[in-house]
Amino acid sequence: MVYDPFKESSSSRTLSAPPSSADYLKDSLFRFFAYFCALSIIILVAYIVIELGIQAYPAMEKHGLGFITGTTWDTNQGIFSVLPEIWGTVYSSLIALFIGGFFGIGIAIFLTQSFVHAKLELTFRTIIELLAAIPSVVYGLWGIYVLIPLLRPVADWLHETMGWFPLFGTELSGPGLAPAALVLAIMILPTVAAISADAFRRIPYRVKEAAYGMGATKWEVILKVMLPTASSGILAGLVLGFGRALGETMALAMLIGNVNEISISLFAPANTLASLLASTFPEAGQLEIQALMYAALVLLAITFIVNVAGLAVQQYTMRKFEGKK
Amino acid sequence: MKLLAKNTKSALLISALIGAMASTAVHAELKLNGSGASFPAPIYNKWFKDYSKMNDGVRVDYQSKGSGAGIQDFINETVDFAASDAAMKDSEIEQVKKGTILLPMTAGEVVLSYNLDGVKELKLPRDVYPEIFMGKITKWNDPKIAAANPGVSLPDEKITVVVRSDSSGTSYVFTNHLSAINEEFKTSVGGAKSPNWPSAGTIVKAPKNDGVTATIKQTPGAIGYIEYGFAKLTKMPTALLQNQKGEFVAAGSESGAAALATTPFPETNLPGSDVPDLRGWATDPSGADAYPIATFTWLLVYKDQEDDKAKAMRDLIEYMVTTGQESSESMGYIPLPENVVEKVRNAAKMIK
Repeated sequence: MVYDPFKESSSSRTLSAPPSSADYLKDSLFRFFAYFCALSIIILVAYIVIELGIQAYPAMEKHGLGFITGTTWDTNQGIFSVLPEIWGTVYSSLIALFIGGFFGIGIAIFLTQSFVHAKLELTFRTIIELLAAIPSVVYGLWGIYVLIPLLRPVADWLHETMGWFPLFGTELSGPGLAPAALVLAIMILPTVAAISADAFRRIPYRVKEAAYGMGATKWEVILKVMLPTASSGILAGLVLGFGRALGETMALAMLIGNVNEISISLFAPANTLASLLASTFPEAGQLEIQALMYAALVLLAITFIVNVAGLAVQQYTMRKFEGKK
Repeated sequence: MKLLAKNTKSALLISALIGAMASTAVHAELKLNGSGASFPAPIYNKWFKDYSKMNDGVRVDYQSKGSGAGIQDFINETVDFAASDAAMKDSEIEQVKKGTILLPMTAGEVVLSYNLDGVKELKLPRDVYPEIFMGKITKWNDPKIAAANPGVSLPDEKITVVVRSDSSGTSYVFTNHLSAINEEFKTSVGGAKSPNWPSAGTIVKAPKNDGVTATIKQTPGAIGYIEYGFAKLTKMPTALLQNQKGEFVAAGSESGAAALATTPFPETNLPGSDVPDLRGWATDPSGADAYPIATFTWLLVYKDQEDDKAKAMRDLIEYMVTTGQESSESMGYIPLPENVVEKVRNAAKMIK
């Protein structure tokens, strides 16, 4: 047998061998698996939309666009429309996003910009992430038994002294928009804080060093360098948090008052789509179930619009602050 | 010898095994599945558990899903029986192919619970509480409320009305009563499982009995309706209501029984069958000591069944109207009056 150095090097005893057929098989199997996982998510979403669409179709045909512009939900007369719920969903989530976003980003800055010792940082982070593990019902109960009594004197005072201001136009009767939005803000806080903190951590250290090197103060570094650089990550956190707020059900069903009215006042009771679904579904008749499916589709559409808009803003900030195309 | 011993041993083991299998087979022989109303669920679950324990070979399960869902299951024949606080409509009965028998099984009251500091006893006249729930009387020191409660210092506080956000038999009973005593309520709101409450700005909605109770507890100046059993359990203050005869009556098993005793039952049969119609409503009881808002809750049973299931069902119903009734009072329900028990017995005989 002639000595063949090429064969020798490809023998299985050495480390540097070309991939065997088993390797190829493994590789293609894994690729297939990955494609399958990715595809199944798309199929699942499509299936949910189609299934909802089929179930909601009779209601869509019957109520049309009036479903979105009307303000009555009356099971007995078969009049279904969800404008107050859409308003309540978006309004409560926006307030929650405003409060939760402000504090969430603040916490992220606090945890990543060496304000505290690393060990304390970890403790804080764990506590904030624990907030995400508290069940929705517990938040609802906490809202009823702790938050509303705390909020009442503040709300009464605001209403008495600044009742002319539309935001404080009504008395807080107990459940209402303000307690619901505050609880929502706490619920989305961990999402916003965790994702924003990750975004800050991903910024290369030399960016900060360069900024300090140019003589910037700590606040200038944070506000003018770090925050814009991390903005796309922060936005992702805000969008996720907003999505969670839109779909939150149980805590809101307990706190928002479930009243089909459109009011700008923070202390008025309102209703949300998810809460409507949760409270009317169990005993709904056939016609009402179709209408509820339609309402679910509307909620899905709102979430979709929010996500797409979030993505667009995110890409804009990426181009502007990170120089990526 | 040794071999023989071993054989006997294994033979014994095998026969024991077979015996065990046979006995589990007997235990699992008959299963009655039911679903429906959540209001009678606590007492039904107690009855069915006790009954299954007493009767080997019969097992009764009940899922509390709500009256509407129970009726739906009953029509789709996915259960052996169902329960509903609102009985069944004629149109629903017509959809049941195996024939329907409606049996009142136990009864309850709906109470008005309130949150007023220092007010231990609150009397609400007939013309006042419907107006509170229509959003027309908005202050606790309204002269109409004050006139009925001499000596009670009522605060100058806004009334917050708490109602159910989910569809419920409790709402159905309460709004039907309000419709019976107030013409305006009847035309503007009407009796329904999920009534269209007026948008008066004083009304908030909370899910289930516990949600309403918690909201009343946490809201000074709140009033809302809950089931008597629930109010008793959570020790909520309840208002005395004025009945048809003008008396102020507190909720309780005696005043409830007095309300049910005068309940008129239709003389006719259920549509399309020879089963007596036991859908009697006490929307406005006439007795002087009757609490005004009381109601039966019904068991829905198929008329035509397999023989063994029919027998078990008849047996179960007999248990419920005899031994079962004894535990009503302690659990916050009203025992069935004697004349109703007799009617239920007669109707149950038709399960075949």
